[in-house]
Amino acid sequence: MLRERIQASNYSFLDKLKSIDYLLILLILAIGSISVFAIYSTEGGKFSFYTKNHIIRLSVFFSLFLVLSFVRVSTWYKNAYLFYIVGLVLLITVLFFGISASGATRWINLYFLNLQPSELMKIAVIICFARYYHRIQSSDIQSYKFLIQPIILLIIPCYLVIQQPDLGTSILIAGSGIAIIWLAGLNIKYFVYSGLLLLVSLPFVISVLKPYQKSRILTFFNPDRDPLGAGYQIIQSKIAIGSGGFFGKGYLKGTQSYLEFLPEKHTDFIFTLFSEEFGFLGSIILLFLYILLIYRIINVGLVSRSFFAKLYCFGFATAIFLYVFVNIAMVLGMLPIVGAPLPIMSYGGSSLLSIMLGLSIVMSCKIYNQEQISVY
Amino acid sequence: MLNRGRNIEKGRVITRRMFILAAAKILLFAGISSRLYNLQISDREKYEILSDKNRIREWKTPPQRGIILDNFNKVLASNDRVFQLHLILDEINDFDLTIFKIKNLIGLDQFEIKKLYKKKERLKPWDTLVVSDNLTWEQFSKINLYLHELEGAKPVLSTSRFYPYANDLVHIVGYVGDASLKDLEKPEIKENFVPGLKVGKYGIENSQEKMLIGNYGIKRYEVNASGKRISQIDYIKERQGNKINLTIDIEIQKYAQELLKGKAGSICAMDIYTGEVVAMASSPTYDPNKFTHGINQKDWQEIRNNPLKPLINKSIAGLYSPGSTFKPLVALAALEYGILDPDKTIRCKGHKHPYELYGVKYHCWKKEGHGYMKLRNAIKQSCDIYFYEMARLLGVDKLSIIAKRYGLGTNVLGDLYNDEKNGLVPDTKWKRRALEQSWYLGETVINGIGQGYIQTTPLQLCLMTAQIANGGYKIKPHIIKDESINYKDVINKIKLDQSNFPLHERNYLDDIKVEFYQRMYHKKSNINFVLDAMFGSTNEQYGTSYKSRYDDPKYQFAGKTGTSQVRRITDLDRELDLDTDQIEYKKRDHALYIAFAPYKDPRYAISVIIEHGGSGSKAAAPLASKLIKRIIDRHKLREQFNNGNTSLA
Repeated sequence: MLRERIQASNYSFLDKLKSIDYLLILLILAIGSISVFAIYSTEGGKFSFYTKNHIIRLSVFFSLFLVLSFVRVSTWYKNAYLFYIVGLVLLITVLFFGISASGATRWINLYFLNLQPSELMKIAVIICFARYYHRIQSSDIQSYKFLIQPIILLIIPCYLVIQQPDLGTSILIAGSGIAIIWLAGLNIKYFVYSGLLLLVSLPFVISVLKPYQKSRILTFFNPDRDPLGAGYQIIQSKIAIGSGGFFGKGYLKGTQSYLEFLPEKHTDFIFTLFSEEFGFLGSIILLFLYILLIYRIINVGLVSRSFFAKLYCFGFATAIFLYVFVNIAMVLGMLPIVGAPLPIMSYGGSSLLSIMLGLSIVMSCKIYNQEQISVY
Repeated sequence: MLNRGRNIEKGRVITRRMFILAAAKILLFAGISSRLYNLQISDREKYEILSDKNRIREWKTPPQRGIILDNFNKVLASNDRVFQLHLILDEINDFDLTIFKIKNLIGLDQFEIKKLYKKKERLKPWDTLVVSDNLTWEQFSKINLYLHELEGAKPVLSTSRFYPYANDLVHIVGYVGDASLKDLEKPEIKENFVPGLKVGKYGIENSQEKMLIGNYGIKRYEVNASGKRISQIDYIKERQGNKINLTIDIEIQKYAQELLKGKAGSICAMDIYTGEVVAMASSPTYDPNKFTHGINQKDWQEIRNNPLKPLINKSIAGLYSPGSTFKPLVALAALEYGILDPDKTIRCKGHKHPYELYGVKYHCWKKEGHGYMKLRNAIKQSCDIYFYEMARLLGVDKLSIIAKRYGLGTNVLGDLYNDEKNGLVPDTKWKRRALEQSWYLGETVINGIGQGYIQTTPLQLCLMTAQIANGGYKIKPHIIKDESINYKDVINKIKLDQSNFPLHERNYLDDIKVEFYQRMYHKKSNINFVLDAMFGSTNEQYGTSYKSRYDDPKYQFAGKTGTSQVRRITDLDRELDLDTDQIEYKKRDHALYIAFAPYKDPRYAISVIIEHGGSGSKAAAPLASKLIKRIIDRHKLREQFNNGNTSLA
C-alpha cells in the first residue's frame, strides 16, 4: 500500500481529493469573505470599483489556487530555480520598464494586472531556498561555501526591491529567506553575530535611508513629532482602533474610515478599518483565523515526507506570520510604517496572487505529501 | 544507511527549529493581542474622545444683540443680517494662496489686503481672521460656491447693529465695533464671544453689554478628514440678548437734536418726579452706523477734526460754569440758612460803581445797573451785585452743602457712561486738599453767580432744576426704564408729602444724606419763593427770558437764564461792549437756560446749553421754550403709556 503510494503517478484523482486540506481551504474562504466585507466598507457601503475588483481577483486567484494545487510537488521542486530567475528578471524589468506611482517604481503593466514582481519574489525566495537546502547534507550546512550562496541569492532581490524603493517588501523577503536558513539548521551563533553586526551598523544603515524612510522611523518613536504629516497615519490608525472598543462601532459605522481620516484604508490599513468596526472581539477572531491558517500550513509540513516540502511549508508559514505580524504591529503603532499588506485581506492583486500561489504549493505538498524527491 | 541517518537528523533539526519559530510566533501574536487589549479596552475612552474630536467640529453661531427701545417701544437699535467671511488660521497651509484666491473672488484692493496681513500678525495661530464682516450677497454666494478650494474659509451668517435714528441718539445709545483686546478681558464678552462679533464701544451698548450680548449657539457637525461637513448632529440655539427700554422719547430727542443743529451744545429734559431722562441731546453728532463695520479714515478724520467736538457727549461730559442758572440755588441756600431777609434791598449802581471787596471790583452784567433790588427781583433780572453780597454773607461751605444735595458735584447716571463727569462744587476743604491753598472770600463772591471753580454738566443742571421744581425732593435720575419703580406711587408720595407740611425730624441744614423721594429742604416756603422768582424771570416784564414765555397756562413755564464766561472780562471788554457776533467764536460766552414746566403742577425740567452762544436769554431760552411745548404736547401720551396702556404707541 505504502509502496504504491510512493509513486505519485499512481495517485487516483479520488485519493488526491481525499488528501486535500479542507480546513485550509475553509480558512482561505473565510478570510477571503471577511476581506470582501471589509473592502465593501472602505467604499462607504457602496458596491463599486474596489469591491468588484477584489471579488473578481479573489475568485480568479482562488480558482488558480485550486488548479495549481494539483501540480506535483516535484514539479515545483524542479522549477524552483527557474521561478527565482523569472522573479529576478521581472525585478530587473521593473528597474527599466516599471511604472511609477507615488514616488516608487514597483509595477509592470500586464494590461489585465499591474504586476508587482517583488510580491512574487517573496514566494520565489522561499521555494528557491527550500530547494537549495533540500539537497544539502546537514554536515555541509555550516560550511561557508554553502552559506555564501543563499546570502547572495537573498541580497540580489533585496537590493533590487530597496531600489524601487520598497523597504517593507524587502524586509519581508529577507525575513522569509533568513527563516529558511534558520530552519535548515544553520548554527545559532551566525544569527547572533549577524544580529549584533546589524545593531552596530544601524546608524550607518539609517544614514543611507531615504528621507521619507528616516522620517517614518523617527515618527514611529514619536508619532506626535509631526501629527499632520508623517505621524498622521499612525495617530489616526490608533484612534480608529482604540475607539472601536470591545464590540466595535458596528459594520459600516467606522467613523474614522467613513469620514476619510484613515489613509490607505483598503490596502495597508484594512485591519484598522476592520478593528474599528468589529472591535477587540472581531480583531481577536481575525487574528485567530490567521493563527489557524499558519498552523494548518505548518501541519502540512509536518506530514510531508520531503525536506523540500517541510522547508517550504515551514518557511511559507513563517512568511505569512511575518506579513500578518508586520502589518498589524504597524497599524497598532508597534512598528514603523513600512508598507506591508495584510495577506488576503488587503486590496492588491500581486499580493493576493503571490499568497494564493504560495498556498497552492502548500496544498500540493499536502496532496503529494508522500512523494519522495530525489536530490538530483 | 549513513545517508539515511543523516536525513533523519536533518528532519529532526528542521522540526525542532520550526517549533522554536512557532513559539516565537505565539509570543509575538500575544504581544499584538495585548496591544489590541490596551488600545481597545484599557484606553478605549481616550481614543473615543479623540475619534469624536476628529469627526465632530463645533461652530459657534453668533448671538443677536438685544434690541434697544425708547419709552414707547420704538426701536432705537436693531439687528440687520450680514454676510461675513472668516478664515480659521490653523486650517490654512498657504495663507498667501488663500488670500489670493479670496481676492480674486470678492475683489479686495491692495489696501485691504495689507490690512488683513496686519490683522493676521496680531492674531494667534489658532484664531479666526475676519476677512470681511459685510459681504454682498453676490460675494457671499461666490465664496460658498468655491468653498472647497478655500482652505480654512468659513462663510458666516451674522447680524450687525443698525441704528435707525443714526445721529439723533449716538450719545445715548452709543455704538458697536470690533472687540479690542481690552474688551475681550471683560467676562461678559469673553464668555460669549464669537469671532466677528461686534461689542459695545460707548454708551448703553457698552455699559449694558451683559444684558445685550446674549449667548452664542453651538452647531456640531460631523466632518470628514478634509473638514467637509457631513451632517449636523447637534444644535444648541443661540440666545438673543435682552431688550432694553430707555426712558427717552425719541420724538422729543429728535426735536432737541434738531434744535441744536449747527450749534455746539446740549439739551436735557427730565421728569421731575420719576427722574426719567426724556431727552439728552448733544451736538454736533455723528452717525454710529459708520462704526459698525469699521469707520473709514476720511469719515473718522472729519469727526475728529471737527472743532465743535462731536465725540464729546456734552450733556454729561461737557463741563460748564453754570453762570446765573446757579442763582436759584444760591438764593435757596441763603434763605434756608436764614442769611438774609428776602425783602432786604441792595442797590446795583452799574459799571461805574461796582461791588468792591478788599479793593477788587466785581461788576454786574448790566452796564447801567439794576437799581434797588429785592431778592425776588434779583433772581428775576439776574442781578449779580445782589448775589455777590448774598454769597459773601452765606459763605462757600454752606452753599456747597445745598449745591451738592440738589445734584451738583457728582455724576448723575452712575456708571452708565464711562465718560460722565462729576463736575465740581468747590468748598474750602476741597481747595485746601486739591490746590493746597486757602479759600479767598473773593472766590465765594464769584461762586455766587456760578463762576469760578464751580463746574457742572448740563444733566446736573437739569437734575438740580428738577429737584427744586418738584418741591425739593430727591429723585433717582435714570435713562434705562426701571421696572422696580412704580411711577404712580413715586409721584403720589412726593405730592402727598408736600401737602402735609411735615415736621422735620432731621436738621436739613447739616450735611446729611437724603434718601430717594425724601425731602431735601429745610423750609417749604423757601422752595416756593425760588420757584416763584423763576416764574417771574420768565413771565414778568424785565424778566430775563420774558420773550420766550407762553401765556397759555398749559405750556407756561418758569426758568432761569445763564451766561457763562469762558474768560475773564477785562475793563476793555466792558468799554467795547461788543455784540456776540462781533466776538471771536472761541471767546464768546456759553448760553445757558434751565426751566421747568408747566408752572402750575410742574412735571418736566429742562436744561439748555449752547456753547459760545452768547447770552442765555437770546440763544438758549428760545430753544427751551420750543422744546417745552413739544414735551407737554406729548405728556398725556407718555402718562397713559407708562400707566400700562402700551397699545397707544
